[in-house]
Amino acid sequence: MFIKKFLSSAVIFSSLSVSSFAAYADQVNIYSFRQPFLIEPIMEKFTAETGIKVNILFAKNGLIERVKREGKLSPADLVLTSDFSRLMMLNDDHLTQAVDSKILNENIPSQYRDPKQHWFALTTRVRNIYSSAERVGPAADITYQDLASPEFKGKVCMRAGKHPYNVSLLASVIAHEGKADAKTWLEGLKANLARKPQGNDRAQVKAIKDGLCDYALGNSYYLGKMLADPQQLSWAEAVNINFPNQATTGSHVNVSGVVLTKYAPNKASAVKLMEYLSGEAAQKMYAEVNYEYPVNAKVAPSKLVASWGEFKADSIALADIAKQHQTAMKLLDEVKFDL
Amino acid sequence: MISRVNLYKLLPWAVTCLLIAPILALILSAFQIDDSGSFQHLIDTVLWDYSLNTLLMILGVITLSFIFALPVAWFVACCEFPGRSILQWALMLPLALPPYIVAIVYTDLLDFSGPVQHFLRALMGWQQSSDYYFPDIRTISGAIIVLSLSLFPYLYLLLRGAFLGQSGGLFQAARTLGLSPTRAFFRVSLPLSRTAMAVGLSLIAMETLGDFATVHYFAVSTLTTAVYNTWLELGSLTTAAKISSLMLLVLVILISLENYSRRRQKLYQRSGATHTELRFVLRGWRKWGVLTFSWGLLFFAFILPLAVLFYYASIYFSQSLNLSLWKYTLNSVWLAMIVASLALLIALIVNFYQRLSPGVLAKATIRLSSLGYALPGTVVAIAVLIPLSSLDLWFNRQLIEYGYSRVGLLFSGTLFVLVAGYLVRFSAIAVGSIDSSLAQVSPSLDSASRTLGQSAAQTIRRVNLPLISKGMLSAFILVFIEAMKELPTALLLRPFNFETLATYAYQFVSDEMIEYAALPALLIVLMGLVPFIVVSRLMEKAS
Amino acid sequence: MSTLIVNKLSCFYQDNQVLNSLDLALDNNEIVCLLGESGCGKTTLLRAIAGLQVDLSGEIRINAKTVNDTGINIPPEERKVGLIFQDYALFPHLNVFDNVAFSLQKLSRKAQRQLVTEVLTLVQLKDYADRFPHQLSGGQQQRIAIARALAYQPELMLLDEPFSNLDHHVRFQLIDEIRLLLKAHSMSALFVTHSKEEGFAFADRIALMQAGKIVQIDTAQTLYSHPNSIYVADFMGLSNYIRVTVRDKYSYQSELGLLNCNAIIEHPINTHLTLLLRPEQLAVEVDPRGKGSITKVDFLGAYQHVSIVYLSKHYIVKQSNHDGNCMQLKVGDKVSLTVLSHHFVAFPIE
Repeated sequence: MFIKKFLSSAVIFSSLSVSSFAAYADQVNIYSFRQPFLIEPIMEKFTAETGIKVNILFAKNGLIERVKREGKLSPADLVLTSDFSRLMMLNDDHLTQAVDSKILNENIPSQYRDPKQHWFALTTRVRNIYSSAERVGPAADITYQDLASPEFKGKVCMRAGKHPYNVSLLASVIAHEGKADAKTWLEGLKANLARKPQGNDRAQVKAIKDGLCDYALGNSYYLGKMLADPQQLSWAEAVNINFPNQATTGSHVNVSGVVLTKYAPNKASAVKLMEYLSGEAAQKMYAEVNYEYPVNAKVAPSKLVASWGEFKADSIALADIAKQHQTAMKLLDEVKFDL
Repeated sequence: MISRVNLYKLLPWAVTCLLIAPILALILSAFQIDDSGSFQHLIDTVLWDYSLNTLLMILGVITLSFIFALPVAWFVACCEFPGRSILQWALMLPLALPPYIVAIVYTDLLDFSGPVQHFLRALMGWQQSSDYYFPDIRTISGAIIVLSLSLFPYLYLLLRGAFLGQSGGLFQAARTLGLSPTRAFFRVSLPLSRTAMAVGLSLIAMETLGDFATVHYFAVSTLTTAVYNTWLELGSLTTAAKISSLMLLVLVILISLENYSRRRQKLYQRSGATHTELRFVLRGWRKWGVLTFSWGLLFFAFILPLAVLFYYASIYFSQSLNLSLWKYTLNSVWLAMIVASLALLIALIVNFYQRLSPGVLAKATIRLSSLGYALPGTVVAIAVLIPLSSLDLWFNRQLIEYGYSRVGLLFSGTLFVLVAGYLVRFSAIAVGSIDSSLAQVSPSLDSASRTLGQSAAQTIRRVNLPLISKGMLSAFILVFIEAMKELPTALLLRPFNFETLATYAYQFVSDEMIEYAALPALLIVLMGLVPFIVVSRLMEKAS
Repeated sequence: MSTLIVNKLSCFYQDNQVLNSLDLALDNNEIVCLLGESGCGKTTLLRAIAGLQVDLSGEIRINAKTVNDTGINIPPEERKVGLIFQDYALFPHLNVFDNVAFSLQKLSRKAQRQLVTEVLTLVQLKDYADRFPHQLSGGQQQRIAIARALAYQPELMLLDEPFSNLDHHVRFQLIDEIRLLLKAHSMSALFVTHSKEEGFAFADRIALMQAGKIVQIDTAQTLYSHPNSIYVADFMGLSNYIRVTVRDKYSYQSELGLLNCNAIIEHPINTHLTLLLRPEQLAVEVDPRGKGSITKVDFLGAYQHVSIVYLSKHYIVKQSNHDGNCMQLKVGDKVSLTVLSHHFVAFPIE
């Protein structure tokens, strides 16, 4: 009797509280590793077109753990990631479900989606090597491997090795060359660093401008963003963007992506949003606003990004890189890369 | 009779259990079988480097905080010099600045691309880094300096209170026994403030242990880095929990040792003349020395970072001004108010439990309820999720069993979990603050009240609470300010569409776009300052 | 009828037996002083009666109401006892009026004012109602504490070393005042001190405590002249002890000669005993052929204490200062020693 009374009052309470997202069908809840200001314009357009409300919860860490803990009751429908390893973690922890959508299959080329339809990439970004415009000039034939060779000593800058973008690059090196060679490469790279790994990708560009180093690893879209910011324009103009490994394996490519959670309460709306994100309108915004490479073949990169030229991307399967993720993390510890 | 006894014993234990349930859940998961071998991997590779860095950070920060806080606390409490009354509250202001913001400001200012080195290069005609020496800010020393600048006010606050509470007569007695003022200070005043010092330093040590954001900006890897990496990148909860438990264990041992060493010390409200009446007036070089040190400290800890924020905010004002900011400010403020009130309530409950029935058990509740402060925010956040999400799952199963439809995440998906996370993290501050102010109320006052026909509850209401009202206010304000600044817990535990100033600022900070974060960061500081200044004025009037 | 009865009270604190099956009774309108060295348990007893001590066994009754017994522990606020502290325990956040009115919450404001004025008048601090405790001297603070307790109209007053923080002059003035006040209100009081002078001045009877027990309780005079143990005898005043042998029902044999007794000796003939001789029971006289010599003279005004060695034993003799006879003795003088009194207290040899 008591329990019943307690439960019914709890039901009343909860219907008043903000928690019960499950009660409305016309909304989608997103856990996002990407900053809201990057994706909000797209979501606003989606809401305007469909009337479906989009709720975003942003965090850089721990969202996967939160979905896992919440289990069946998780309000999250979609998880947006900014790199591939998190997509795979969600997938490996069985937190996702398959989406069989004709639209998604049409919009996204097969190498950018899971054969089992659990994850979908939305944009790609290249791990470029920036070079000093003043001291080096364009370095079209540069490779990731060059960064570890002795003539680059004291000339390289990069952000923390443990950052997902660098882990992913290292994992691709392991996938191509095996662990032993990758370790040699990583040690060589560490020995060449002008300073301890620090800052973000923008900070590396800034360091080149200031003459601290001549080469830096960085993602392509950061340069676009810097060129668009009047305060940072002069940094961006101090570097050339290069696509590494054009003569060999091709440039390392990472993706941002999306999964549908296993217990998504608003599945229909969520799939609608996934389809929208892969569609031309959204892909164009990713390209124009964020300077990313759209996965949808019907959408061209922005003019600026296109001006950097065509490039050969590494053709290795993303899943093969993801398999080396743990090994890469441990390798970074072994050579004490960030210490 | 029996029910009354049980209630007042049950409540503090219930509170303590709620606060440590997440930590227990965390420790339990450390004992799960872990087949990833990542703990062994850590031992083989970087664990010792990380431990050493953690140790250096803690030792460095408490030493430097001590060096910062001790002189200014003494000057303000026991000396007279121009501007003393302003400094006495202004020195608390650095608390209102989030340390990760201060970290970014200083790394921006001082690293190779920063304005300071730019200026030097332009001035001296240097071309590249090899032309000159400039200390690298992104090192452990840089992190220690910046964290100390942000955290020293805790110690300052407690030490100043202790100095003011001491009998000035003791100091004078030491003088007549042939000690110089300096030696009298070190041999009498300082040992007498040991409780305050211990509480202050352990708060600072815990905050340092739990810090992730600041050391991250300085590219320093500590044990907290290991927890993040193993948990969030390698996906090994067990290893992460093991490291966290080890960190807690070391902390508990240190604090217990400290407590044991001063078990015989008991200080109650002074009698006789206070330092306030016996302040000595500083003149000449002493005056200028004190003024330079105090204002210099305030300049680097507060004025300079604030000025930089103002500068950024003014350049990017139009881009960062946004109608939602008002809403985020409100969210931050009322969340901080709720958390501060509840933390104060918790602190009162556990402290009065100890007052009414002193002993090992009561002491245990005080220590245990403070553990969460030493854990990194994200770890606390996930630790809080463990029991609460289980509770939700159980609760929804019950609902369905009794024929209702499920309600979703009633506890772990609402503001409930957010408030719980904040409390686990910040109750320590309130508990410590109330503990030290209650220690100054002589127990004979309680006895007097009881024998004058007042029950225990009436005694608390009519005697103890009025006497610790200052301590309660400062507990409230300290938690309020911490809650205004808190980031990782808020980021991970908040419900949808709930932004605080800190989480809003973070989406820019996380991309090192400090310029856009300047305005919300300034709002955090301003909102923290309001109660601060109001209360400082009140206290000044009262005294 | 007794105001207070303590029956077989024991108290353990951290494995120490602080009170050891202690018995005590206080009559109506009686002031009893608990006297003893520090650590003998006197404050614990006071706190036990007030209800502030835990882990007790035994019975405490106040005015026939049992406040402590097996399974009974009435909280302090229901015991109606007034407790006065060494540190006065005035509430620093309240002024004198509010301190005194602290227990009078249930009365109307007018009744409160009347009662407070009344008790403040009693302690002669009527004009200090608006002051705060830190603005008062120690003696004034203690009077306020008394006033506060009086206003509560307790059935029993407990005072824990109330005068020890006061200087000598204020102390004895206050002792007289408070004693008169308690007597005027027919109030029983139990008073803890380690100073027997305070006890003599304040109490009707003195209970001497040792190791958690009351060893003797009686008037000060009886305790002084008829102590029931060497401990009591030493505590109450300076004493000399000599070995004696019972010679017959009326006399002892000793090294000071034959001592005639004015009461019948209970001990059998030839029993060896220790005899107590207070300094005033002895007399010295300069005598070039005497067996004693003076080692020290302490002049104390109305009298002086003369230390002598007599047959290689030390004695202290009190000599009254009449006719200027204190002038006559100097260190080194040969003296003879005589016993003046015939009231003797003798203890069995341990």
